[in-house]
Amino acid sequence: MMRHLISAADLSRDDAVHILDTAEEMARVADRPIKKLPALRGRTVVNLFFEDSTRTRISFEAAEKRLSADVINFAAKGSSVSKGESLKDTAQTLEAMGVDAVVIRHGASGAPYRLATSGWIDAAVINAGDGTHQHPTQALLDAFTMRRRLVGPDEGLGKDLAGKRITLVGDVLHSRVARSNVDLLHTLGAEVTLVAPPTLVPVGVEHWPCDVSYDLDRVLPKSDAVMMLRVQRERMNAAFFPTEREYSRRYGLDGERMAKMPAHAIVMHPGPMVRGMEITAEVADSDRCTVVEQVANGVSIRMAVLYLLLGGNEPAAAHTRTEESK
Amino acid sequence: MSKTLIRGAKVLGGDAQDVLIDGETIEAVGTGLSAEGATVVEAGGAILLPGLVDLHTHLREPGREDSETVLTGTRAAASGGYTAVFAMANTFPVADTAGVVEQVYRLGKESGYCDVQPIGAVTVGLEGKKLAELGAMHESAAGVTVFSDDGKCVDDAVIMRRALEYVKAFGGVVAQHAQEPRLTEGAQMNEGVVSAELGLGGWPAVAEESIIARDVLLAEHVGSRVHICHLSTAGSVEIVRWAKSRGIDVTAEVTPHHLLLTDELVRSYNPVYKVNPPLRTERDVMALREALADGTIDIVATDHAPHPHEDKDCEWAAAAMGMVGLETALSVVQQTMVETGLLTWEAVADRMSAKPAEIGGATGHGRPVSAGEPANLVLVDADYRGEVDPASFASRSRNTPYEGRELPGRVTHTWLRGRATLVDGKLA
Repeated sequence: MMRHLISAADLSRDDAVHILDTAEEMARVADRPIKKLPALRGRTVVNLFFEDSTRTRISFEAAEKRLSADVINFAAKGSSVSKGESLKDTAQTLEAMGVDAVVIRHGASGAPYRLATSGWIDAAVINAGDGTHQHPTQALLDAFTMRRRLVGPDEGLGKDLAGKRITLVGDVLHSRVARSNVDLLHTLGAEVTLVAPPTLVPVGVEHWPCDVSYDLDRVLPKSDAVMMLRVQRERMNAAFFPTEREYSRRYGLDGERMAKMPAHAIVMHPGPMVRGMEITAEVADSDRCTVVEQVANGVSIRMAVLYLLLGGNEPAAAHTRTEESK
Repeated sequence: MSKTLIRGAKVLGGDAQDVLIDGETIEAVGTGLSAEGATVVEAGGAILLPGLVDLHTHLREPGREDSETVLTGTRAAASGGYTAVFAMANTFPVADTAGVVEQVYRLGKESGYCDVQPIGAVTVGLEGKKLAELGAMHESAAGVTVFSDDGKCVDDAVIMRRALEYVKAFGGVVAQHAQEPRLTEGAQMNEGVVSAELGLGGWPAVAEESIIARDVLLAEHVGSRVHICHLSTAGSVEIVRWAKSRGIDVTAEVTPHHLLLTDELVRSYNPVYKVNPPLRTERDVMALREALADGTIDIVATDHAPHPHEDKDCEWAAAAMGMVGLETALSVVQQTMVETGLLTWEAVADRMSAKPAEIGGATGHGRPVSAGEPANLVLVDADYRGEVDPASFASRSRNTPYEGRELPGRVTHTWLRGRATLVDGKLA
C-alpha cells in the first residue's frame, strides 16, 4: 500500500479493489451494535481543513473514531497566505505535536501533493479535496457505492467495475470529484461519459480517458449510473451558462429524464445537492438515488484508507495485500 | 591607463585571436599581440563575445530589497556575462516618475558591476489608466527610452495607442507584457492538457496572442515601433512573423526558460516552475527556438525575477510568479540554440548583445569586437559542464528552475569598459 493518498490516478486497479474490499469489511462493522475497532489505537490523525466542509470532515472524523484513533480537528479558514502562516509552518507545528496522519482539505490544487513531497513533514497525507484537482476518497466511495448497487456487496468482492457505463453530469471544469472519478472509474474498467455545457468542460479534456457529450438525453438510456455534479449558481455570473432555468432544462435531472435510464440504473450525487438546479426533489428523493448511501459508504471507505495507509497490524479484510505501488 | 591582453580567445566563436584592451577601449584584435605591463588572460580557446545586454531584468529596488537590490542584481548580471541591464518599472514605488528612475540609475552607477538603464512605467502605478510622465522620465538623468508596465498588460487599447504615439516624439519604445487580463483571471499555468489534469487555472495562449495581434496592428496604424516582452507561444511567433513580413516595426524577446522548459514540469506542483507567462508546451518551445534562429524573435531577455524563499516554499497558488535568470541565461542559450545547431556564437552575440542594445538604445553596448570599440566583453568557457548550484549565485534570490540540472558553458570573465567585473568566475 502507498504511504499517501493524493490522487485517484495514483491507484492501480488492484490497490483500488483492495480498498473497496477492505471498505466492505468496515461496512460490516457499522452494522454491529458496537461500531468500533481498535486498529488505530494510539495513533493521532489531524483533520486539517483550510476550506469549509462539514460532511467530508465529519465523515473522516467518524472513520477515525471508529478505528480508535485520536482525532484533532484543525479548521484554518482561508488560505495560508491570508492567515499569515504558511502551509509549511502549520503542518510542521502539527507534526511536532506527534501526528501520524494529516487529512487535508485545501482550496489550492496540489497543496496535499506539496505537503507529501516537499520534505516538510513525515506524516502520511490523505487528500480530502484540493482545489479543482482531486478528491480521491470521494471517488472511492462512489465506486464502492456503484459496486454494491450494480454488482452486489458480496458478489462484488475482488471485482472491479468492468463494462459499467457511468455518466457524470454538470460542472466538470471546477470539479475535483469529476477528475477523481474519471481516473478511478477508468482504472476500474468502467466506461465514463461526461455531460456538460461546453463552457464547463476544461480545455484539454480530450486527453482524459472518457467520452464527452453535450446531450444528456442521448446518454441517459446507455447509463448504469448517472452522477449529478453540483453546479454553483454564481457560475452563471461568469457566463458559463445564461440562466439557472436554462441550465436545468438542458442538464438537470428530473423525473421524466430519469425514466429514460435503464431500470437498474442509479442516480448519484456527491452532495451537497442544489435541488431545483441540477436535480429535482422527485429524483433526489427516489429509491434510485443513492445520496444517503454514499454518505454511509464514505465512512467505510475512509476507514479502509486510514487503516491501510497507517498499516493496521491485524488484517481487517481477508484479502492479501497488493504490491507497493508508490 | 591599465591594459589587458586576452590571449587565444575565439572571437565570436571564430579562430583564436588576441584582444588588447587599453583603458576603456579595445586597442587591437589580432594574432601574436603583446603589450608591456598588461594583465594577461589566457583564454585557452574560450569564446569571446561582446558583453551581454538584458532588456528585461527585475532588480526589485526600491521596495523589495529582500529579494534583490541594484547591487546584488548587477553582481548577478556580471556573473552571467552582462554589461548592461534594463531594470523593469514594477518596483515599490513604481518607476513612473523622473525621481524613481533617477534613483535606480544612480544606484546602478554606484554599483559599478554593469550599466543599469531604468525602464519607465507606461501608466501611473502600472494601473493602465493614465499615462505616466514619459517625457519627464526621458529627459531625466536616467534618459529613459524603454517604457513598460511589465507584470501587467497595457490592456486598454486607447491607452496603448496613445503611448505608442506619444513616445515617437523622443524615439522611445513601448515594451508590452501581452496578457489579456479577463482571459487570465485566476490563471496559474498554461491552459491545456496538463492544467486540465492538475486542476490549475488556465492561462490560454490566446490571451497573449490576441494582445500581440492588436498591438502590431496599432503600431502599424500609428506608425510606431512596439516591443513584445517574453513571447511564449507558437501562435505569437506566427503573428510577429506576419507583422514583420508586412513591414510593421515590431521586435520581440524570448526568455531562456521558455526555450527549454515545458508545462509538464508543473506536475510537480513545485512553484519554482511558476512564471508569467507560464511554461508552455514542447511545440511552443520548438517554435520559439526556430523563431529566434530565423530572426522572427529578435532577442533573448532573461525576465530575471528574484523572489524570497518563502514566496516559493508554499503551495502553488500562493507562490509568486517568476524565476531568476541572469546567471544561467547564456548556458541555457548554449544548450538550446548553439548545441542544437540553430545559432552560431556570432548569432548569439547578435541576439543577446547587439540587438537588445539597439532596441533599448544602450550606447556603447552590443558593439563589434574590434579596435576602437568600448571594451565591454565576456569570455565563455563553452566546454564546461556542470550542475547548477543556486548557492553559488550572486543574486540575493535562489528561485531557479535549474537547480541540479546540468547546463553547458560557464562565464569566466566579464569586462565593463575595460575593467574586469568577473575574473575566473569570481566577482572582482
